[in-house]
Amino acid sequence: MSKAKLSAIELAKKIHQGETTSVELTQQALDAIAATDDRVNAYISVTAELALDKAAEVDKRIKAGDIRSPLAGIPIGIKDNLCLKGTKTTCASTMLKNFVSPYTATAVQRILDADLIPVGKCNMDEFAMGSSTEHSAFSPTKNPFNYDYVPGGSSGGSAATVAARQVLVSLGSDTGGSIRQPAAYCGVVGLKPTYGRISRYGLVAFASSLDQIGPFSHTVEDSAHLLSLMAGHDPHDSTSLQQAVPQFSDALVDDVRGLKIAVPAELFGESIDPEVLASVKHALDVYVSMGATYEIVSMESFKAALASYYVIAPAEASANLARFDGVRYTHRTSEAESLKEMITRSRSEGFGDEVKRRILIGTFVLSAGYYDAYYGKALKARRVIKNEFDRVFHDYDVILSPTTPTTAFKFGQHSDNPVQMYLNDIATIPANMAGLPALSVPCGVHNGLPIGMQLVGKALDEATLFRMGYAYQQHASIPELEGAL
Amino acid sequence: MSLNDFELVIGIEVHCQLKTKSKLFCPSSTTFGDEPNTHISEVNLALPGALPVLNKEAVRLAVLAGLALDCDIQKTSVFSRKNYFYPDLPKGYQISQFDKPLCLNGHLDIDVEGVSKRIGITRIHMEEDAGKLVHQGADSIKGATHSIVDLNRAGTALIEIVSEPDIRSAAEARAYVEGLKMIVQHIDVCDGNLEEGSLRADINISVRKKGEKAFGTRAEIKNVNSFRSIEKAIDYEFKRQTALVLAGEAVIQETRNYDEATQKTTSLRGKEEAHDYRYFPEPDLPPLVITDQQLADFKMQLPELPSIKLKRYQDEYQLTAHECKVLLQDVAMGHFFTAVLSQVTSAKPKKVALWITGELNAVVKEKQSDFSNLSISSQQIADLCDAMDTGKVSGKMAKDVQVACFDSKTSVSEIIAQMGGGQISDTSELETVVQDILKANMDVVEKIKAGKTNSANFLMGQVMKSTQGRAKPDVVLQLILDVVETL
Repeated sequence: MSKAKLSAIELAKKIHQGETTSVELTQQALDAIAATDDRVNAYISVTAELALDKAAEVDKRIKAGDIRSPLAGIPIGIKDNLCLKGTKTTCASTMLKNFVSPYTATAVQRILDADLIPVGKCNMDEFAMGSSTEHSAFSPTKNPFNYDYVPGGSSGGSAATVAARQVLVSLGSDTGGSIRQPAAYCGVVGLKPTYGRISRYGLVAFASSLDQIGPFSHTVEDSAHLLSLMAGHDPHDSTSLQQAVPQFSDALVDDVRGLKIAVPAELFGESIDPEVLASVKHALDVYVSMGATYEIVSMESFKAALASYYVIAPAEASANLARFDGVRYTHRTSEAESLKEMITRSRSEGFGDEVKRRILIGTFVLSAGYYDAYYGKALKARRVIKNEFDRVFHDYDVILSPTTPTTAFKFGQHSDNPVQMYLNDIATIPANMAGLPALSVPCGVHNGLPIGMQLVGKALDEATLFRMGYAYQQHASIPELEGAL
Repeated sequence: MSLNDFELVIGIEVHCQLKTKSKLFCPSSTTFGDEPNTHISEVNLALPGALPVLNKEAVRLAVLAGLALDCDIQKTSVFSRKNYFYPDLPKGYQISQFDKPLCLNGHLDIDVEGVSKRIGITRIHMEEDAGKLVHQGADSIKGATHSIVDLNRAGTALIEIVSEPDIRSAAEARAYVEGLKMIVQHIDVCDGNLEEGSLRADINISVRKKGEKAFGTRAEIKNVNSFRSIEKAIDYEFKRQTALVLAGEAVIQETRNYDEATQKTTSLRGKEEAHDYRYFPEPDLPPLVITDQQLADFKMQLPELPSIKLKRYQDEYQLTAHECKVLLQDVAMGHFFTAVLSQVTSAKPKKVALWITGELNAVVKEKQSDFSNLSISSQQIADLCDAMDTGKVSGKMAKDVQVACFDSKTSVSEIIAQMGGGQISDTSELETVVQDILKANMDVVEKIKAGKTNSANFLMGQVMKSTQGRAKPDVVLQLILDVVETL
């Protein structure tokens, strides 16, 4: 892409000023996908016709002076667990390989209303369960900087398409780090907003009390704009928040003086790779040089976060995925003698191993006699984690840590040991458990692979995260990665 | 030992379909009888990404039911997922309330043969209904070639009213369900139709030797679709379970189906086949909070309960127990009665009640209609009752006027005029007629004078004949006796 180094917001300005058109940029995005996606595999489906039609429509409006948002005309990738009317929403699963959604998710509708152009549905781990996008029924997505490495997951396609500059912005979903971890592995910005900030209506549920939609971009600024477009109460989602949505671009000020940063000791020691740690320490130095302060604090409850997450998320998933029963719109087995057999076989054939593993875990922890020992206990741990965040936020404005303990791992590295893969989410999961906003920003490179840092904020205080992230991007110099493309 | 040494222990779970226009968690219509799968949404279909949104009207109706049954309305209640697979349950879980229901600790007073008894109500919770499976090629899924799923009913709002095991006989069970039905109909939260399934009772039955404190093993009876079936099913279960105990065999905890045709219960599934529903709090719905203000508003909205109304009818209107029962059991008739009362000027409530429960009810039944669908207005009946009260029409004439009122917008006074002007009770107008008749029948007059007062009936008949039946009988009789004296 000739205009590749521009941010989405800068590129949008060029469209709005008549220097380029949405159709031209959309065609460039489609060309880029056509040229590179056989290697990256960021997309499960490409919605070329829909995209070009919409782009032409938007160009007409822009010409007539009707600019519906600061990002009007910009192509965007959408994770394939977000419903877009008339297109396939597969969740990267055989179960839904032929499911065409008859309705559009609220977040996607708001993106459409803002005149962004959906170019395709991005690859992911099946039903958003995984940290590598290896668990896709439609082949893994590859890390654009080294094809031997995973892009992270579950929103690996959404991260990779932005990293590969097929598009400059995309949407993902984050249940236990599924936006931030791939953002870190792919060297892009990824935001998980406060739980309830963006409606989940039309997001295929993994774990309802943890799922949240969020943006990917190269600049914090672009993510701030995207959040402004998607956030706000939706009567279709009873858990979406009523609170007014600030204009997040107002938070983009290059001034962090006086801000107090907490660094959890639990995510700042032996559990983290030295190179990652060094990058994050360097980022802290940058903040100190800009007038912020930091202290190491202990957040012991983080130790319980991973275990309780792997009870709560599978428990909710076991119920959320029960609707895929072979009766209505899902894969149905070709032969069955009874109702029970039809349901069992359809599910056995339609789900991949990781999904089955989590359904089994979830079913087990909710079973009579085990509920209190597992689910009940996990809910208590969740409250303890929330309380610990509250305590820290009493004294600090933001919590900073590495987004992941390592840089991207190789394909197959954790295939035999799922728990090792789950450990990737050690830094990201606490924010989901507490419903807090968290932003991953690229902060370094090691061996040609990106490193990300995570900023966790108070509930509804995405503004401080944007301010911190924006200021950092103005001052930090991170080596430019060329990628394998 | 014999049957007489045993007693029944019964607890009843009643599902009431709430009278909401839309479903419990989506805006789809609750209309029945339409083409299959026409009242459905992404929520009923459990499409990927669909989310439930609680129907506020359903909450209002559930709270009203709780208040009417003297429950403690919980400030915070929680919806849970009840997990099981079945094609009529598209999500694979039913959204219900489990450990934190909306209403707790209520009761209903019943009356069986003059003896009143308080039946405890453990809880009332809200939940959604399932869809319907239509089996093809057989009556049940066993043997069917295929089954068709209709989701029109899926997601309809229900409340489940769970009683304490306080019921001790089939008659009490019937009275309890009848009482519930009357209440939910009166407060307009449910149609209360057992036959059509808008009210469904599952009956938990066990037996124990009289005097024992511990409960026996219970069986749950489903598919009891009429009051008669409730009694028959309980009678059958009592005999079945008692026989088992007497034979030294164990009663098995199981779910049994009542068959209307054979009047027997048969095993549906045993305890070992019982589901582990894996309940957990529904993460898509925040806890249901009822504020003090809302609760106060709901209390204001609660209509007069049948028990209070009964007492008022007896005390203020001097209605008999039977009249009260008729007026209370048919809610539409009761509403009509109330409407007529508000429109009469002189007729007494007792007279109005008598007319409506008697003459009008008879005609409505004859027409195979009902009071919710009347083609006669409350104003017409009010005017008719007043006309009788003021002597403008006789009871006999009133029946004819009533017939003419049906399907007619014509006022009662006009109909009376068309029929010749109504009853003549004016003494001066009637006196000339009486004088003339008496003078023409002096032989009869003499008989009366001789003490044969019955002979006055003949003269009365003559007067009626000459006035085309419009003369007011008691006025005529008095006139005859007065005029006889002067002759």
